[in-house]
Parts: sequence; structure tokens; C-alpha cells
Amino acid sequence: MISKKIDQKLIQLGNVHRFVMRFFKELVTPPYEFKEIINQCYEVGVKSLPLISLTGFITGLVFTNQSRPSLEEFGATAMLPSLIAIAIVRALAPLVTALIAAGKVGSNIGAELGSMKVTEQIDAMEVSGTNPFKFLVVSRVLATTIMIPILSCYTGFIALMGSFLNVYQHESVSFVSFFDQVFDTVTFLDIFQAVIKAGFFGFTIGIVGCFEGYNSSKGTEGVGKAANAAVVASMFLIFIEEQLVVMVVQSLRG
Amino acid sequence: MEKKLSHINYQNSVINIKSLYKSFGDLHVLKGVDLQLFEGENLVVLGRSGTGKSVLIKVISGLLYPDEGSVNVLGKDVDELDEKQLMALRLRIGFSFQNSALYDSMTVRENLEFPLVRNKRSLTRVEIDKEVEQVLASVGLSQAINQMPSELSGGQRKRIGIARTLILRPDIMLYDEPTAGLDPITCTEINNLINDVQEEYKTSSIIITHDLTCAKEVGDRIVMLLDGKFERQGRFNDIFDSEDDRVKAFYDYNFIA
Repeated sequence: MISKKIDQKLIQLGNVHRFVMRFFKELVTPPYEFKEIINQCYEVGVKSLPLISLTGFITGLVFTNQSRPSLEEFGATAMLPSLIAIAIVRALAPLVTALIAAGKVGSNIGAELGSMKVTEQIDAMEVSGTNPFKFLVVSRVLATTIMIPILSCYTGFIALMGSFLNVYQHESVSFVSFFDQVFDTVTFLDIFQAVIKAGFFGFTIGIVGCFEGYNSSKGTEGVGKAANAAVVASMFLIFIEEQLVVMVVQSLRG
Repeated sequence: MEKKLSHINYQNSVINIKSLYKSFGDLHVLKGVDLQLFEGENLVVLGRSGTGKSVLIKVISGLLYPDEGSVNVLGKDVDELDEKQLMALRLRIGFSFQNSALYDSMTVRENLEFPLVRNKRSLTRVEIDKEVEQVLASVGLSQAINQMPSELSGGQRKRIGIARTLILRPDIMLYDEPTAGLDPITCTEINNLINDVQEEYKTSSIIITHDLTCAKEVGDRIVMLLDGKFERQGRFNDIFDSEDDRVKAFYDYNFIA
């Protein structure tokens, strides 16, 4: 019984490996689906903006509010913009964006492709002379890989605006001096690692969602499972990647 | 009255299948199937659900690979083609799915344009519109051009599914249960459409069904899939002139039950 489960997991791992390898093969092989990639970038990026904006703004606002009492004990509230900037740019912005996208975009991709699989729409695409992997998978994975870093930068900015609002209310700091302190604290490496990390998160969300949807079993139950598995697996992988990036960046800082 | 067979070219077979075997794990679905489809012929494959009828046409279109045997379509062995060659062959095969498989997120127009835009890139906008309107007219649904698939009835979805395959003007049509889940009047309309397609587009077709009325109305020749093999073949009346209990049960269920 246990060996059968291990066998199944290993087979699943092999399937994931083949799926990822096929993605890279199809990525570099013409024809390229530029129109569909742009369409998917719009779906992933623009349609996520309202939720990302709200979450980012509240994250900045609440995090600043919760951090103030600790700094007040040491009379160090002047350090609030620096503390918040480091936390948001290095960790919160990419992580919050990725988790929101895993829930919204990842589940959407899993359910959409799962539904297409179950209703034979993917087969219909294949028999009408279109490569469904390139059209559906490559375009979606590229879109998430491109758009999540951009959305992360946007989330970082919106979260800092939320933080500024809170700081302005309590400490009456001007907009210019708040952002002066933010940019004095944040280094190029902070921004660079955040963008690269967000790229990995985006790739993970896209490839996991597509894998689960593209390989969903028959029936409507399979569609629900694909959407659920897309969210759970991508969130799990995002936390592991976050930890790995922190370790790498810390070793780079010496 | 049975259909005339003068339009069939018996000198040229467009599909040639020899000793085809296909299994899924321990489930042996096709156990040595031999089949020929002649140019211009409507061949009906009859059989109970789960006997591998749909598997057969999926193997023909290259969606599934055979375990053993050869599948030759329009002079090409399907299992020996590379991806590019298979894509090119598929453009000559129209596949009408059981549930129509229309793209939910696209309008009828976009569904019909999809294969055309992607495979005939030299066409102008005017030419694409003309093709779409023409193929919609031939299935009698010109008014549905801007509707979403969710707004169509089952019969209309079937027609649009057939129109989407016809837009590439295939040489072979594969119909998977074209009348399943439809009322008798709509079934007759679909049967007439299959015959019209054969006449207008000069296609050779395989029609998978368990509906004997459909088989009688559209079939030039009928083969019966029993226990993974084609046990009987011929004209409709020849098929059911049999003492085989399985064949009798199939006939009785359709026409008596």
C-alpha cells in the first residue's frame, strides 16, 4: 500500500518534470502566440489590480500601525519608514502579491483548463491544427512570469502609500521626507532580489495551475480538484522558494 | 428506402486500419480491428457504450496512439508522423465531438474563425468573414453568428461544432455520437445535415453512434463493434438479419424499447 503511494508520487513527479521540460521546448519553438500572451497578461495583470491594490494598501497601513508601539518603546518611531520599506520591498510585496495571485489567478487557470479538458475543448483545439500546449499553457505561464513581478512592484508602491498615510497621521511626516528615507534604506539588491523572486513565484503559479488543469481527470469533480490543487501546491512552493531566496540573499550580503 | 451508393469510389480507400489493438491498463478495448473507409462513403460504426467506438476515431485523428496495428489515413501512417506532419494531416480531418466541444469563452463567430485564422494566415478579414458566413449558412444557423455557445440549444451546438470542422474543408469527417441527447426531430435534422455535408463537401465520413435511426438514415455501410472487434458489416438490413443474440438485443432495444 505504502509502496504503491510512493510509486504514484514518483510517477506524478516524472509527469511534472516532463510538463516543465515541454514548456521550455515549446517556449523557444515557433510559431509564437504573441496575441494570446498579451491577452493573458491583461487577464493576469489588469484584472488583478483592484484586489492587489486593496490588499497592498491595507498591508502597508496595518503593518505600520502594528509596528509603531514596539518602536515607541525605544523612542525610535523616526525609523518607521525605513523599517516598513525594508519589510515591504524585501518580503511583503512579492509574497502578498504571489499569495493573492495564487488564489485568484492560479485557481482560475486550474479551473479553466480543467473545464476545457473535461469538455474536450483541448482535444478540439488539437484536431483543428492548433498546438493547445503552446496556445494555452505557454501563454499563461509566460503571462504570470511577466506580470507577477510588475504587480509586486505596484503592490510595494501601494503598500508604501498606505504606510505613508498612517505615518502622516501620527508623525506628520511629509511625503518627500517619507520617501527620501525609504529610498535611502532600500538598496538595489533589495529591489533586484524582490523582482527575481516574484518572477519565480509567477512561474510557479502559472505552471502549477496549468499542470493541474491540463491533467485534470474527467468530470466536474476533477475541475474543482484541479483549481484547489493549483492553489494549495503553488502556495506551498511559494513559501519554499521564499525561504530559499532569503538564504541565497543572506549569503550574498555576507 | 436505402441510400444509393453510386457516389462511392471503391477503388480508393481513404482510411485503412489493420489489426488495431488498444488497451487502457487492464481494459482491452479494441482487439484486432480491421477497417476500410472508401472515398465518398458514410460508414456508420454501431456498438454499445464503452465498446471503444470513440477510441477508434481518436486513434484515427492521432489523439490516441494504437498499442498494435497500423492506421493509414489519406496514405499516411498516423503513428509514424512527427508532430508537424500530424498537424498537417489533421487539417484534412474534421472531428465533430459528442458534446460539440465549442470554446465557451468565444462567440460562434470566434469559434468558427479560430481554426481558419490559425491555419490559413494569408486570408484577409473579408475572406474570413465570407467563409464564416458561408459555412454558417450551410448548417442553417446564420442568425447565431454573434451568440455565445451557452445561449445555444443542444442541436444548435452540434451544428456549430460541425460547421467549425467544415470551415477547413476536410476530406474526412469523424462524427462522435452526432444525435446523442437530442429529440427525434432534431436528430432527423442532424442526420439530414450529415447527408448534406457528404453531398456538398464531398467528404468521406465515419459516424459513431448507437442510434439505429441515425445509422439507417446516414449509413452507406454499417459495421458493428462487438467485444472489441467488428463482427458484422453491410447494409442496414443485412446487419440485423442475424441470429446473434447481441445483435438482436441491440435492434430490439432501439426499436421496441
